[in-house]
Amino acid sequence: MSMENALPISHRQRLWLYALGGLVMLFLIAPSVIIVIMSFSDSSLLEFPPQEWSLRWYESYFGSVEWRDATVVSVKVAVMTAVVATLLGTAAAYAINARTLRLTGAINALLTASLIIPVILIGIGTFFLYARIGLNNTLTGLVIAHTVQALPLVVLTVLSGLRSYDMNQEMVARSLGAGRFSAFFQVTMPQIRFSIVSGALFAFITSFDEVVVSLFISGGETTTLTRRMFNALRDQIDPTIAAISTCLIVLSIVLLSAAQLFGRGR
Amino acid sequence: MLLSLAQSALPIGISGIEKRFGAVSILSDLSLDVAAGEFLTLLGPSGSGKTTLLMILAGFVRANAGSIKVGGEEIITMPPHKRNIGMVFQNYALFPHMNVFHNIAFPLKQRRVSTAETAERVERALDLVQLKGLGERRVDQLSGGQRQRVALARAIVFEPRIVLMDEPLSALDKSLREHMQIELRNLHRRLGMTTVYVTHDQREAITMSDRVAVMNAGRIEQIDQPEVLYARPKTKFVAGFIGESSFIPVECRNGGVWHEGNKLRMKDAMPSSGRHVMVVRPEKLRLIASEQTGDINALPATVGDVIYQGDSFVCYATLKDGRQVILRDYCRSDVLARLPAPGEPITLGIDAQDVVLVADQ
Amino acid sequence: MSIGSVSLDHVGRPDRALNADKLSADARREARGLFALLSPGLLLVFAVIIVPIGWLFWLSLFDESDQLSAANYARFFEQASYIKTFVTTFKVAFAVTGACVLFGYPLAYMLSQLPRRAAGVCLIFVILPFWTSVLVRTYAWLVILQRKGLVNTWLMDIGVIGQPLPLANNFAGVVIGMTHIMLPFLVLPLYASMKTIDVDCLRAGMNLGASPAATFRQIFFPLSLPGLASGVVIVFVLCLGFFVTPALMGGGKVIMWAMRMEQTTSLYSNWGAGAALGVVLLAVTLALLGLFRWLLGARATGVWSQR
Repeated sequence: MSMENALPISHRQRLWLYALGGLVMLFLIAPSVIIVIMSFSDSSLLEFPPQEWSLRWYESYFGSVEWRDATVVSVKVAVMTAVVATLLGTAAAYAINARTLRLTGAINALLTASLIIPVILIGIGTFFLYARIGLNNTLTGLVIAHTVQALPLVVLTVLSGLRSYDMNQEMVARSLGAGRFSAFFQVTMPQIRFSIVSGALFAFITSFDEVVVSLFISGGETTTLTRRMFNALRDQIDPTIAAISTCLIVLSIVLLSAAQLFGRGR
Repeated sequence: MLLSLAQSALPIGISGIEKRFGAVSILSDLSLDVAAGEFLTLLGPSGSGKTTLLMILAGFVRANAGSIKVGGEEIITMPPHKRNIGMVFQNYALFPHMNVFHNIAFPLKQRRVSTAETAERVERALDLVQLKGLGERRVDQLSGGQRQRVALARAIVFEPRIVLMDEPLSALDKSLREHMQIELRNLHRRLGMTTVYVTHDQREAITMSDRVAVMNAGRIEQIDQPEVLYARPKTKFVAGFIGESSFIPVECRNGGVWHEGNKLRMKDAMPSSGRHVMVVRPEKLRLIASEQTGDINALPATVGDVIYQGDSFVCYATLKDGRQVILRDYCRSDVLARLPAPGEPITLGIDAQDVVLVADQ
Repeated sequence: MSIGSVSLDHVGRPDRALNADKLSADARREARGLFALLSPGLLLVFAVIIVPIGWLFWLSLFDESDQLSAANYARFFEQASYIKTFVTTFKVAFAVTGACVLFGYPLAYMLSQLPRRAAGVCLIFVILPFWTSVLVRTYAWLVILQRKGLVNTWLMDIGVIGQPLPLANNFAGVVIGMTHIMLPFLVLPLYASMKTIDVDCLRAGMNLGASPAATFRQIFFPLSLPGLASGVVIVFVLCLGFFVTPALMGGGKVIMWAMRMEQTTSLYSNWGAGAALGVVLLAVTLALLGLFRWLLGARATGVWSQR
């Protein structure tokens, strides 16, 4: 045990704690592990551990036009959401961090509103609004709705990057002859780029995994992967979904590791 | 020829600066002139407004009103990057993603100086701060003193009209700090740039400056050459902030200044009215025989404590009115021979020319 | 070197407000520039969140014949099905929050006591599910808990039970699935607040003669309460408006608030009624968060910055 935590309590006295904590960790991770394993089963029955192994559910996923189209829609929307949310979120975080504006509290509350407002309400409201301006079942509509949900994460991530960054550097750059924008791009951005990339990854994953709002505002040719999965799950439990889920889990791991690596880079 | 700012050094005329944060007034109607090529220090406790004033000069804090003229040109409404002012921050604010060369080349790059000239000027600047050959180093490979020098080189490489420094030595340890004080001083002598320096360290201010402006609560209390500031403080605050002082209340009446029934001998003009105190520096006091002779004022006292400090000793003595004063002298053998013992009655002497009176605020 | 003149006393100078107009114009320009950076984001949030919700609120004030009335709200107290929905929602929210505290506190405590490296590894077990799609996790629980799912198959194989247990498509399934999804929301802020508890406080406690158990009870636990409270509030609030898991795992028997909203609007196109449900849900959510903030002087939404 490291010095910082060194209390005169032995590991043995803590055994019950480790056991309990371990069980909770198992509870958290087991479902994902089970799904990954079952996605390689040959059986259409959900048996565990699988008797025979195969890639048929992956073939069924990649071979299906519907699933493929839905995946393409989700990827497109997530990429555009990540780009838009990162641009808007970084700009907003910079302005909030400058702390010269009044009403910073209200601005913060508004920008992070989508974190506390029930998603179902956002879904219904967005559908209601889009129905009047013809944005339902469009990529644009999805990107806008997802950007609103991803924005707070980008703002919070970039803001935390800015808070641990020494603003004197930007000031010194300005005194040395760089204008405000130029100073930001030459000095500030290279140093908070890890926060910005993390924010972008969070925005991507938020959009890609978003279910509730997509349920309301996507459909037809712009049906997202999550919407199609949700509908499939309502009907019957198709093992193809295990294969898709495995892909989503791998995506999460990859993106999280990327965010982690970038985070360590600074 | 090295970098030379001497010809281009410009005077700064600061007048009527007002700065408020909400209802709180930070600087009120502050005016100050800095001569071309002068090394001026803003000295004051934290919260006195010295850093705010420096930030207003650099353009990072916007005043509510006022004027800053550099060589006659109004700069208060200019954005920071057009002011042509070199600035050194307390924590140096070097760019960690650039090496030493690129840090110093940064201001030249902003001014679109050619690559060849940039290389040459950075080289000269490095030479000037004695970091020749360290251009390729990463910032995190430098010691504190080296970082300080890079920050300095970066602030002067573009030959700014003015250099501002915000407590640039406070992060260094004592011996390096004292060394850098001399070095900065010499560099200033050589380059002759108009410099405004902020510190809360009175010794540093006295060591380095042509003049020191002592600030308190958003106002300049006194601005003078260091020796004048020390020897002839104009306010009780300045006397207390610079050096050690004891304050002895005196009475002004009948055209004289009185203490305990004795008329003080003094060289300065008598104050006309009001309550005053005498500023007594520990090293201006000495032990004398009991009677008052010539131009020396005698103050009878009782020894409280004598503390030996190696090179010197400090004697705490209590005057008849109960005030405590401090006497310091070097440990020469003649002084040590008649070192008083605690409880012993003594007479302290102070020269007429060392008598300084300030208003008792 | 020439020494410039100094004037200390300028009271009553005519140019007292020198450049004041230009400077305040400058300040306004800078504020406008910064606001311009904020405005695209604010505009989007305003258009997609504030406007529709305001609109729905307006709709909820009218009955089906477009008359201003409180009918949409009155039915919450009159119709048994609505009352049942609210009761179910709160039951689920309390059960899930309780389960999260029960499982989350020991885990967060363990994480806070582990050396930095080990804690980092164990945190993956919390953060990975946090970033895995809610759908994926709900699907996994369906597979595990359904009638012919893993748990029932195993239990019957080893002969513990003769009949499959009803684990999915009911209240229990919803609570289990939602606990899995909400747990990180409780563990992360709790862990963060436990990390800030000064070990010296605990050492001092032990030094003064408290047993490890007493130290925990009298020092550590009270100090961890604000973190626990913020986790509890965020979990409870998220539960109230949660949709995916109850919709998929409730088997049509567990109707929660959000599902009711979806049915009312999508199935019956009764916008007024659906909107009224949304307005009340939002009001309850904001009230709980406001209450929390008032009691503890902190925001419960801090969890998002710790992901």
